[in-house]
Amino acid sequence: METFYSILPELIRIVVCAICGAVIVFGNALVMGYAERKLAGHIMLRPGPMEVGPHGIYQLVVDGLKLMGKQLVVPANADKPLFMLAPLLAFAPVFVPMLVIPFSDKIQGFDLDVGLLLILAFASINVLAILIGGWGSNNKYSLFGAFRSVAQNVAYEIPMLISLLAIVFMTNTFSLKGIAEAQSPVWFIVIQPLAFLIYLVAMVAETNRAPFDLPEAESELTAGFHTEYSGMSFSLFVLGEYANMFIVCSVATVFFLGGSSGIPLPYFEYSGIIWFLLKVYLLMFFLIWIRWTYPRTRFDQLMNFCWKYLIPFSLVNLLITVVMVKLI
Amino acid sequence: MKSYFSELFTGAWSLIVGLKVTIKALFSPIVTVQYPREKIEVTPNYRGHIDLVKVEDTGTHKCITCGSCMRECPSDCIVVDGEKREGVKGKYLTIFTLDFTKCSLCGACVEVCPTKALDYSDDYELAGFARDEFYYDLLKRVEERE
Repeated sequence: METFYSILPELIRIVVCAICGAVIVFGNALVMGYAERKLAGHIMLRPGPMEVGPHGIYQLVVDGLKLMGKQLVVPANADKPLFMLAPLLAFAPVFVPMLVIPFSDKIQGFDLDVGLLLILAFASINVLAILIGGWGSNNKYSLFGAFRSVAQNVAYEIPMLISLLAIVFMTNTFSLKGIAEAQSPVWFIVIQPLAFLIYLVAMVAETNRAPFDLPEAESELTAGFHTEYSGMSFSLFVLGEYANMFIVCSVATVFFLGGSSGIPLPYFEYSGIIWFLLKVYLLMFFLIWIRWTYPRTRFDQLMNFCWKYLIPFSLVNLLITVVMVKLI
Repeated sequence: MKSYFSELFTGAWSLIVGLKVTIKALFSPIVTVQYPREKIEVTPNYRGHIDLVKVEDTGTHKCITCGSCMRECPSDCIVVDGEKREGVKGKYLTIFTLDFTKCSLCGACVEVCPTKALDYSDDYELAGFARDEFYYDLLKRVEERE
């Protein structure tokens, strides 16, 4: 019993963090789903959703209810356990990175020494979910989507890691809070612009978004890996995708855009979250913007760009960083 | 090696140009018309079904019941009839109907009309539940029109 009381505060903290993480995941999906459709509309000179509520702001609520009410269809020859496991595996791991993201100086679930590694480890489970979903569907389109996703994610994780590693060499820590604090006078985007660019490209590829949305390429593969999914199992994939976008943008904010630093506000240990979220959503806006600007790349172009440009450049960048850190 | 870098720079530049195009589109006004709530004016060139022209001075049509349109019509969808009346010069128009289910909108009737009494209407909301709704009584229409 005594041990229970000693760990009670920590348990409460975990529960509160988990609830906050869930709020962020669902709230973010609502906001981003609406923003994506609205921005897509305006970029194409049309208004986007307009019917449900003023300027269609309740559209996503209605869509969510519709998806919840739909039947979960499992194809006759599908591998049922794997088929049902995949959406859960795409959705569940996104809660863990939420715990270590430093939203402001004091708003952070846990400040782990290996925060970055935790985020990268859990973010790559998404690939496994896509592979399982594509394989379990017993459908050639799904399977092709899954293959593409694995090849793409394996390739793009390398430049992503190496560009982040350059920052880690400079700050000497994996803790996200430590990295955010290390850039108090000048943000790392100024010192490491190349690493930021590389991370930006790899980030788009990691979240499987256009122009790198080959796993779901709707014009070639109907809907790619989630061709056979309907109702809630489909929306779990979408929720996972938006949460992953939030996570990679948060990592970019922490590593390159100074975390929660900005013009001081009252109670800055807490109100820094305003700056943090502003930066994250600016990056998300950029992701939406490029999605509706560029056509999808061909698969060989995608691979060429990664292996011929991103990886050599990120390696050179890392080498220069290491030499500079050693000399200074 | 030279093409390696030049490709990188031309590619990057084209990406920036593309972003410029879409951001401009994002802030330019939308072109969608929210149709049932919002309508744009029909162009004068629009060729709907035929209608009798209403003359402002007399408050009626210019038809002299010559029947040219009825004879000219390739689909036989116009019926014109008139009668002699006391004190009226020529014939008095009593029936002018258009069977729009057969009309092919060729416009021969409008072209042949000697008094230019016929014109195309700008009516484009032409959905109906029954065939009868497309047998138009043009005489009644011209009287009802303001």
